[in-house]
Amino acid sequence: MVQSLRRLKESPSQTAGPYVHIGATPNFSGIEGVYPHDLGSLPLAPEVEGERIVVTGRIFDGSGTPIKDALVEIWQADAQGLYPGQGERRGAADPHFPGWFRQPVDGTSGVYRFETIKPGIVPYFDGRPMAPHITFWIVARGINIGLHTRLYFGDEDKANAADPILGRIEHRLRVPTLIAPRSDADGKPVYTFDIRLQGENETVFFDI
Amino acid sequence: MRNDNSSHQGGSFYQRDRSWHPPAFTPDYKTSVLRSPKYALLSLGNTLSEMTGPVFGHAMLGPLDNDLILNYAQTGEPIGPRIIVHGQVLDEDARPVRGALVEFWQANAGGRYRHKKESYLAAIDPNFGGCGRTITDEEGRYWFRTIKPGPYPWPNGVNDWRPAHIHFSVFGHAFAQRLITQMYFEGDPMIWQCPIVMGIPSREAVERLVAALDRENTLPMDTMAYKFDIVLRGRRSTLFENRMEGN
Ligand SMILES: [Fe+3]
Repeated sequence: MVQSLRRLKESPSQTAGPYVHIGATPNFSGIEGVYPHDLGSLPLAPEVEGERIVVTGRIFDGSGTPIKDALVEIWQADAQGLYPGQGERRGAADPHFPGWFRQPVDGTSGVYRFETIKPGIVPYFDGRPMAPHITFWIVARGINIGLHTRLYFGDEDKANAADPILGRIEHRLRVPTLIAPRSDADGKPVYTFDIRLQGENETVFFDI
Repeated sequence: MRNDNSSHQGGSFYQRDRSWHPPAFTPDYKTSVLRSPKYALLSLGNTLSEMTGPVFGHAMLGPLDNDLILNYAQTGEPIGPRIIVHGQVLDEDARPVRGALVEFWQANAGGRYRHKKESYLAAIDPNFGGCGRTITDEEGRYWFRTIKPGPYPWPNGVNDWRPAHIHFSVFGHAFAQRLITQMYFEGDPMIWQCPIVMGIPSREAVERLVAALDRENTLPMDTMAYKFDIVLRGRRSTLFENRMEGN
């Protein structure tokens, strides 16, 4: 026998189920008066620095059908590449920018939509710059453990080509699954990030 | 005194033990069949994007956020057994995770959710909304009061029923720790018949999700108590951290 490390095991994940909206976005699900607003749903404060963008898309299952009951959370750096919240040791992020947002997909169309800012550059652990990106976390009925992925920006070819994470994807044909093409609407860049859980062009998901 | 989750700093997180969690593809839980990625996950490890996370302060909480008996009461209190659920949020090194936002949602005592897509015949309780939230204290402790949820049928097999459960969503100190899970109740035989639960590979892991009836914390003639501890990923000690400037 040796000394014990006496570590605990992480609580096993379970699906968020079909009624995740009751807990995460009760106002959206028609339960009003418990919370003043759904957490992560407030619009950007006018003071937030950075270029206003829209990030939108759908989440498809293995048959190509858009999922209509998913919940999406995003986490990103501010315009200077600093993370709000905690764990950031390089400096203070924009105090008006929460960095985290949460939205259900639309119950009819399956479209999710975030109005945010384009994030700055964050260093990889070896100091190389990572291309601007937004972390996505997706839960839904039928997803046993939340799926992590990243959105990279379609108008950042040079930065994407040098990105250390994208560079590690052995199957180069899969790299575009993480890159959201840009279009423009009402003077704002719109990045469309469709996520495919399975099947042709399955999105790259990460074990982080 | 820091009551938010902004005070802890440390190294990267222990690798998640994927053999302990349910795999993505659990065909007895039919919805997972088309919603499970088929490719292997790409091992990313932690970068700053995963080692950071949002902060939630007590200021966001309303006084009834952790009281599901009162937070949707309209004409009276909801029907059903009154319970307190309490426990500690810890990391894998048994360190308390303070300032963790814990959200919970559930069906009412009859097993019925307040949701337009719910088709179970059991009655809606006009006084029960079914959602709540709280933030852990300095010892990582949380507690809330609610009504014990009932089991409910769901369209999977022709006659599948979920064991009574409460859904939990937890934010620790970093996005890498993000977790959604479910709490079950001690002594419920239906736990072991549920395709969602049985997607968890080992009995030992399932038992980590079964709350113990806590007689010591029961309020006589008032409320039963269950204790449910939650463990989030732990992080390496930064003993010999050799990182580039700026990290
Ligand atoms: Fe449920």
